[in-house]
Amino acid sequence: MISQDLQIVLPEILLALYAMAALLIAVYTGKDKVASVVNWATVAVFLVLAFWIGVSGSGDQTAFDGMFNDDAFARFGKVTILISAAAVLAISRDYMSRRGLLRFEYPVLVALATVGMMVMVSAGDLMALYMGLELQSLALYVVASLRRDSVKSTEAGMKYFVLGALSSGLLLYGASLTYGFTGTTLFSGIIAATGDEVSIGLLFGLVFMFAAFAFKVSAAPFHMWTPDVYEGSPTPVTAFFATAPKVAAMGLFARVAFDAFGGIVGDWQQIVSLVAILSMFIGGIAAIGQRNIKRLMAYSSIAHMGFALMGLAAGTAAGVQSMLIYMAIYVTMNIGTFAFILSMEKDGTPVADINMLKMYSRQQPLRAMALLFLMFSLAGVPPFLGFFAKFGVFTAALSSGLVWLAVLGGIASVIGAFYYLRIVFYMYFGEEKDGLDSTMSPVAWAALMASAAIMLLGLFNLFGIEGIAAAAAQSLVN
Amino acid sequence: MSVADIAFYAFALTTVAGGLFTVLSRNPVHSVLWLILAFLSSAGLFVLLGAEFIAMLLIIVYVGAVAVLFLFVVMMLDIDFAALKAEMARYMPLALLIGLVIIIQLAMAYGAWDYSTGFETRLAAPAGDVHNTAALGLLVYDKYLMLFQLAGLILLVAMIGAIVLTLRHRKDVKRQDVLAQLYRDPAKAMELKDIKPGQGL
Repeated sequence: MISQDLQIVLPEILLALYAMAALLIAVYTGKDKVASVVNWATVAVFLVLAFWIGVSGSGDQTAFDGMFNDDAFARFGKVTILISAAAVLAISRDYMSRRGLLRFEYPVLVALATVGMMVMVSAGDLMALYMGLELQSLALYVVASLRRDSVKSTEAGMKYFVLGALSSGLLLYGASLTYGFTGTTLFSGIIAATGDEVSIGLLFGLVFMFAAFAFKVSAAPFHMWTPDVYEGSPTPVTAFFATAPKVAAMGLFARVAFDAFGGIVGDWQQIVSLVAILSMFIGGIAAIGQRNIKRLMAYSSIAHMGFALMGLAAGTAAGVQSMLIYMAIYVTMNIGTFAFILSMEKDGTPVADINMLKMYSRQQPLRAMALLFLMFSLAGVPPFLGFFAKFGVFTAALSSGLVWLAVLGGIASVIGAFYYLRIVFYMYFGEEKDGLDSTMSPVAWAALMASAAIMLLGLFNLFGIEGIAAAAAQSLVN
Repeated sequence: MSVADIAFYAFALTTVAGGLFTVLSRNPVHSVLWLILAFLSSAGLFVLLGAEFIAMLLIIVYVGAVAVLFLFVVMMLDIDFAALKAEMARYMPLALLIGLVIIIQLAMAYGAWDYSTGFETRLAAPAGDVHNTAALGLLVYDKYLMLFQLAGLILLVAMIGAIVLTLRHRKDVKRQDVLAQLYRDPAKAMELKDIKPGQGL
């Protein structure tokens, strides 16, 4: 019994054991001198686990009396999370060592946060959900203020911590109301208890929990923390925030929406639709005034979460499939873009002002071209992959009869295209500036080029991700 | 009204009053004392529910450790609470309005509270005729093993975080190196001189 359960959670156990072993070894040997080794070892462990989960897993299994699910949906989420976390660690090593931030605790904390994220996408119980969420969040609060001598970084960590604690409070309050109505914390029990008629108490629980999830995916109107935290955190940490935790939080959102509240789709559809619309518009409009590229990416991520939530709002397997594909493409675009942002330096100090990009195409034509691909893709311009991501969620919304949602999404994506295209305009047509340094670590360069190439090459068959996402969505919605 | 009812209302009212005065009192030390009262009376509520172990934990951990820690922080940090309060007073009308709306909403939710059909069948069965600690041990180390271990990982992250964010290796501080002290050879460190009386070195 227990050995079967442990077999199912083996990837999480191994990752947790690795994190503890890496911590002990680093503390007892060279401390920060071995940080680079720990960094690469963590990348390797992430990739091996991703490969193992992707290849070995099959079927639907539950462990610990249904508290932990191992299904195609969880595996899709875990592989995406692990690969993106590995990519972010790989591209950030060079930046970290040049800024004197390369500390061995960073990869260890990222590994522990990843354990939390893996539990989140697998959760089958309100308590398991909360434990995974807190494990992830607590590690993220710490890495946000990793540059502890900088006021902005500590402020970012502080803001994230206080608001995150508030959202955890909302989540717990909602969970207690749900438990009070259904008498169980298991998702399978909740979905059996909800049936057709819904009491107002359960609705309150649902609203509180969804508000907390919207906070975690940084969807409007719970997005206020995002720009400040993204700007203040060290850039590699920002890159991490914008990728793996988003996938985990979105996976958790879908998990609760379908596994626990799948019987009352009509009741949460309107909430998710409203959150999606607000995110798309606030993300698109508020970014126009931003000159700092990290704040710009924060608003961009808010808008993208809106689009991904549109897939969830559809409330169908096709919607979940489009949401998963959207998240996978979003993460790929963001890794490439942040690989570029990490290399934005002027005389050896990092800069974030988009004015520095003026006429960048003349200095570095290849990198400018790669960034152009990524910006077009983020904006959703047709031949690039980002367009197909948006197209997928629009189709899902339309087929669920949410025509107004799809129309508003189209308008918002046109508004949002402005600030992506402005960056392209600066790079190709702006007036001449002295420009950025030309240094860029080979790994970041490779990530930028690979991600840009994927944006173009992926449109043939999306690298076969469609079928996997469809199976994942099928395992969640049935 | 039975004795248990009277005790419940007494504890519940004290808890609410304690929470209220924690927020309202001007002196932060008084706030902490009110908080302790709130903790103690919620421990009383747990006793009424038959959860004696949790009640004692609440007193030991929250009153004994957390509240005292709060007290230390309040006394040691130089925070201008008056300025914080003044800042808060500016947003008070809005906060009161939002609070009122939430109270009305919660009244709606709790006023028409009904349980789902089959609520009793889904509730976890009572542990039977065992002590609190035994029942808790069975749950935490057996059924909720995974959650327990995850809680351990969360505490580990908290510990790593506290060290990462506060530990500084200062170069200008001389530290004791125990091994170097132990391995020091007395023969090299000391020299015996035989000094004749009245001559000096």
